[in-house]
Amino acid sequence: MYIPKKHEPVRIGFYICHCGVNIASMVDVKEVAKYVGTLPNVVVSRDYKYMCSDPGQEMIQQDIIENRLNRVVVAACSPMLHEQTFRKATEKAGINPFFFQMVNIREHDAWVHTDRLEATRKAMALARAAIQRVPLHKPLEVKKVAVHPNVLIVGGGIAGIHAALVLANAGKRVYLVERDPTIGGHMAKFDKTFPTLDCAMCVLSPKMAAVGSHPNITLWTYSEVAKVDGYVGNYKVVVRRKPRYVLEDLCTGCQECVEACVYKEPKFRDEFNLGLGKRKPIRLPFPQAIPPVTLIDPETCIELKSGKCKKTCLEACGDRKAIDFKQQEELREILVGTIIVATGYQIFDAKRTPYYGYGVYPNVYNALEVERLINASGPTNGELVMRNGQVPKKVAVIHCVGSRDENTNRWCSRVCCLYSLKLAHLIHERTNAEIVNFYIDMRTPGKGMEEFYNRLSEEGMMLVRGKVADVYPDPTDGTTGRLIVQAEDTLMSRILKIPVDMVVLSVGLEPHPDSDKIRRLFNMSCSSEGWFLERHPKLAPVSTFTDGIFLAGCCQGPKDIPDSVAQAGAAAAECFSLIDKGHIEQEPNTAFVVEKECSGCKSCIPLCPYTAISLLEDKKKAYINEALCKGCGTCVASCPSGSIVQNLFEDAEVFSEIEGLLAPVPV
Amino acid sequence: MPKPKIGIYWCASCGGCEEAVVDLAEDILGVVEKVDIMFWPCAMDFKKADVEAMPDKSLVATLLNGAIRSSEQEEMAHMLRRKSKYMIAYGSCACTGGIPALANQFPREQILRYVYEESPTTVNEAKTRPQLKFAEAGREVTLPELRNVVRSLDQVVDVDYYIPGCPPTPKITKAAIGALLEGRMPPKGSVLSPDVALCEECSRRDSKPTNVAFTEFKRTHQKHLDPQLCFLAQGVICMGAATRQGCGAQCPSGNMPCTGCFGGTDRVKDQGAKALSSFCANIAAKEADEIDQTLKGIPDPVGTFYRYGLAKSLLRRKAGLPMSNGK
Ligand SMILES: Cc1cc2nc3c(=O)[nH]c(=O)nc-3n(C[C@H](O)[C@H](O)[C@H](O)COP(=O)(O)OP(=O)(O)OC[C@H]3O[C@@H](n4cnc5c(N)ncnc54)[C@H](O)[C@@H]3O)c2cc1C
Ligand code: SF4
Ligand code: SF4
Ligand code: SF4
Ligand code: SF4
Repeated sequence: MYIPKKHEPVRIGFYICHCGVNIASMVDVKEVAKYVGTLPNVVVSRDYKYMCSDPGQEMIQQDIIENRLNRVVVAACSPMLHEQTFRKATEKAGINPFFFQMVNIREHDAWVHTDRLEATRKAMALARAAIQRVPLHKPLEVKKVAVHPNVLIVGGGIAGIHAALVLANAGKRVYLVERDPTIGGHMAKFDKTFPTLDCAMCVLSPKMAAVGSHPNITLWTYSEVAKVDGYVGNYKVVVRRKPRYVLEDLCTGCQECVEACVYKEPKFRDEFNLGLGKRKPIRLPFPQAIPPVTLIDPETCIELKSGKCKKTCLEACGDRKAIDFKQQEELREILVGTIIVATGYQIFDAKRTPYYGYGVYPNVYNALEVERLINASGPTNGELVMRNGQVPKKVAVIHCVGSRDENTNRWCSRVCCLYSLKLAHLIHERTNAEIVNFYIDMRTPGKGMEEFYNRLSEEGMMLVRGKVADVYPDPTDGTTGRLIVQAEDTLMSRILKIPVDMVVLSVGLEPHPDSDKIRRLFNMSCSSEGWFLERHPKLAPVSTFTDGIFLAGCCQGPKDIPDSVAQAGAAAAECFSLIDKGHIEQEPNTAFVVEKECSGCKSCIPLCPYTAISLLEDKKKAYINEALCKGCGTCVASCPSGSIVQNLFEDAEVFSEIEGLLAPVPV
Repeated sequence: MPKPKIGIYWCASCGGCEEAVVDLAEDILGVVEKVDIMFWPCAMDFKKADVEAMPDKSLVATLLNGAIRSSEQEEMAHMLRRKSKYMIAYGSCACTGGIPALANQFPREQILRYVYEESPTTVNEAKTRPQLKFAEAGREVTLPELRNVVRSLDQVVDVDYYIPGCPPTPKITKAAIGALLEGRMPPKGSVLSPDVALCEECSRRDSKPTNVAFTEFKRTHQKHLDPQLCFLAQGVICMGAATRQGCGAQCPSGNMPCTGCFGGTDRVKDQGAKALSSFCANIAAKEADEIDQTLKGIPDPVGTFYRYGLAKSLLRRKAGLPMSNGK
């Protein structure tokens, strides 16, 4: 490996890439190469059609050997694409890869300009900046950090469940943390699923049960991640476990306690059934809940509120002694190497589109409520009866509620058209009601979806293309709560006013209200809508900008179950790839505190977005944990006494780069 | 053996630095014993012509305080540079421009107009201004020209060492003179005070919270200052973290925040910018209007962060101000 000797002359090789015509059509590459050839320390300066091709790389390597080059600068595309390629190429020829510098003249120049002369001048300036900085480069070493083999999965919807099983079946230890008292997520609420119309619980409950009993899965429901410290391979996570007042390892799930509760009849809003049914203070969320452990709601339980209950539940539990009114919140600390975030979505609150009358007219339901109403384990045991006790004869299904709208959410929620068709079919099947679907555009992409649409549309449901403007009570009807749906049929160009018994709002999917908090907790980015951001939409769709943290399911954006499961598999594979390799390589562009220069002012410590900086209490000096540092440079810029240095971005390097950039160019 | 000869001179300064030399108290006698002071217009009766008559480099050192604003100061700086082996910038004004360099925020014309015409205590109906030349009864007197901007000494002549402070403390002055006499001078260009920020030697450091998260800034007269707590914990700007040590943290010891007179550390090109980026990054608010609200507590950012260093900062002067003779 080449180690520069002191005072050894700097010998730079410069290469400018045509990138076919991508760069060459906007930048006069020959002229740039000629100019750079005249700059100090430059020994060779060439242009080539595809620098990243094998011959391109070999050209650099040959020059390094023949011309005794000790620095290499390539002006081509973004370093995101080929920095590694060229670093490897220079390293193969015996030079420390950090003596290589890449200049982006494609994304930052050729692709964003229309004036060839100006673009050429810019390429010259950018190249000169690099030529002035490389002599100051120092050899750096890539460090290896071990990856802890355990995995944390946050969110036990179908995505989290699938990822957990993939990893656990392969022998990895998985911690699955779910906020609700049971896993299952939204899918556990559905009756059947498009496009196959197979029963949701029939496919989901075996997977849920497998999670519950898997020796490699530690399932913590009714729990939340409270704190995440550390870095890829070594995350220290604190999980807060809320008290259920029923001990998980002692409860057998017999539900005798529920039966025995002093409240003879269920009296309180049942969250799992979205308030369409009632429950007791002690309950199991739904029959197939995993874990099959009851829980007590402290807001409604007499004992927990006042300590003055006969505690018939406790009596019924008897020797099992599973009920514990004194249970406290617990904090558990775990160490994991990788994390999958699969926190899903929430449905759009239809009260935000008041013209549809949700929350005002009892016969207006959102789609998830309807899923519960037609579900055999739902509050009506699968019979579609409305709040007024009647079975609807005519039902309107309104698509795109809250979606594709400037005033609410701009995005298409992707699953609503299809689940609207599904619900239309199921409602018709159960009630023989006449169904009218109001859609803006019928969006049915994906395997088997168009066929699903064709099949269902042949069943004779009415499909109206048009946005519903208003839902209001039928003035001719006094008691049943019949409604008029008013819409413009844009295909027939006429205004429709259709009386119906029931309105189903196909609400869109949106990020959880606490997504910003979760984003901060895991150091992820969000799109402007609040969906967690993947590192690259095409090439890194389940990675985040934080290494070792991956995404699965709807928390990354609206999608259906097949896509959620596919993503979950991909995220599990990404974790695997890290665990199996056993270590990660660390980009050495990290920052370090020059201890003798640091005054211990602590200004830098709170600023690090990766909490890499701490104060050495004995020395009263700041210290950067190299494994945590991502080289963002925040602390470097903010240290008021200039006592932090960042590898590859030392002040001297940056200042000579700026000087090079600002120097006049000859054309 | 002849005693080494030194000169002490002042340019655009308040006189505090002269005072600081006298402040060496009985030590001044020790100094006088060891050196011959050949030129000290403030305290001794030597004339410019006397120094001009001396051979070049016959002074071991000149301690020059004050910034360079006038043609005369420029001329004296050049002359003393020729006569001295070491040119030492003494005090903040010579080192980095000091308080006088705050004038670089305004055009010369605006300053003259204000001082000679508009200031509330001026009565000058004829709008008389100082002239470069004035002749009366066959005699002509001249005045130096005020240059367009204030410069630090090293922006005018080559400087060997810097003794910072407004004014420098007796301790670092003595140490510097001692080193000079014993010939153990550090590399040329050194600032003769430790290259670590003040917080390290401040007794309040431990009370500084790790996350100051400023919600408001107060100026010293707006608050009853706690005598022990780090000023930043009190929402009062203290420049200590951005200022090199050497003063012994005398301001914080006297219950006043550091205002930055020792200048930044060697690693820092622009003390004010560094302080600004550190303070601003530590503001608790995240929304633009809340941030603005917090920043209202710093009504004079230049005077706060560049109080002593504007001339030597990256900006140097208000954008667009002309320089005299291209300087
Ligand atoms: C009415 C309706 C009908 C649908 N019908 C179909 C269909 O028929 N076919 C189909 O393919 N798709 C359908 N979908 C889409 C489907 O719901 C999603 O594709 C799927 O549920 C996504 O799964 P998920 O695991 O990503 O998210 P979710 O199902 O939302 O699961 C996320 C889980 O994470 C938990 N969680 C959230 N935040 C936290 C936190 N901070 N900490 C711990 N846990 C947390 C939640 O409690 C939840 O259990 C439908 C959607 C709706 C709204
Ligand atoms: S450069 Fe500094 S602020 Fe940025 S990650 Fe590293 S230690 Fe943290
Ligand atoms: S900001 Fe600089 S001087 Fe202050 S503690 Fe951090 S490294 Fe040390
Ligand atoms: S900021 Fe000021 S008061 Fe606080 S420790 Fe530093 S010098 Fe002392
Ligand atoms: S504390 Fe600051 S302002 Fe006061 S003397 Fe020391 S350096 Fe100067």
